[in-house]
Amino acid sequence: MDMSQPTFTQNPSNANDADQRLIAAIQGGLPLSARPYAEIGAGIGLSEAEVIARIADLHAKGTIKRLGVVVRHHELGYSANAMVVWDVPDNRVAALGHCLGGFDFVTLCYRRPRRLPDWPYNLFCMIHGKDRQAVLDQVEFMVTRCDLQDIPRHVLFSKRRFKQRGAVYRPQAADCIP
Amino acid sequence: MDVIDRLIINELQGGFPVCERPYAEVADRLGIGEDDLIGRLQKLLDAGLLSRFGPMYHAERLGGALTLAALRVPAAEYESIAALVNAHPEVAHNYARDHDLNMWFVLATETPEGIAAVIAEIERETGLQVFNMPKREEFFVGLRFELSAEPDDRPRLKSQAALR
Repeated sequence: MDMSQPTFTQNPSNANDADQRLIAAIQGGLPLSARPYAEIGAGIGLSEAEVIARIADLHAKGTIKRLGVVVRHHELGYSANAMVVWDVPDNRVAALGHCLGGFDFVTLCYRRPRRLPDWPYNLFCMIHGKDRQAVLDQVEFMVTRCDLQDIPRHVLFSKRRFKQRGAVYRPQAADCIP
Repeated sequence: MDVIDRLIINELQGGFPVCERPYAEVADRLGIGEDDLIGRLQKLLDAGLLSRFGPMYHAERLGGALTLAALRVPAAEYESIAALVNAHPEVAHNYARDHDLNMWFVLATETPEGIAAVIAEIERETGLQVFNMPKREEFFVGLRFELSAEPDDRPRLKSQAALR
């Protein structure tokens, strides 16, 4: 599942102008050329060295979580994706969360609030598998390895995908009000 | 997609070098030529196997906010409610899922306050209660999808080196 990301038009408190131009310039992807950072810099008035330094800094600060390919699971044959949710006692969430996060088919694992009485689950993980049965097998594997037999759970397969879009970042022009 | 393409996909899911010739460096690691790597990447993108090659941003560090929300939608109204929800540009993904809470969507806004505003709008327009479930704690966001060189459907644990 691709991570959705917000649309930004201005963010003076967290990034200066050059960083904002850079963030907007590479959001769609890195150029596929021998010196991509030079090419990026040329488009936004920064030197190659400055682009390199700023990207490294943004990465170190965690603003850029990762630099790499974004895989399309469905097209790669992993047509089943499921949100697996668990109702875990609050004092066991961290331990179980870390255990679940250790499987290579788990791409995300978060604690979220319960919404009682409608929704009793507080631990969410996303898993991808080749098909429905593979996902169910993976869930059984997790239950066994993380000792989750007594934990209420639910596996929510996705059915139709109604919308999916990527991020759009717009750098703020000097006096532009979005 | 051949073995080399799979190696490329595995190799490039994180840690792309930030240096003058990053593709050359990765190509070296993989034992292929720089042009070959770039050509293969372009093909994988064109074929739709990769959606993007670039940065993944941390929304909150950029001042924005993300949340996961759900609705309990009566079956007969599903299409019309989906249309109402999707009309909001802040709705990034929207999936139908198997549960009483059957519509799950991700909201991405420029400011944390924006989340509450969009939720209020959606509730007003649909007449339904939005169940907002923001993340409280993150246990693993590896976002690595390891492809094996040959079909391998057995589940396995990530290696210690790959664990965060």
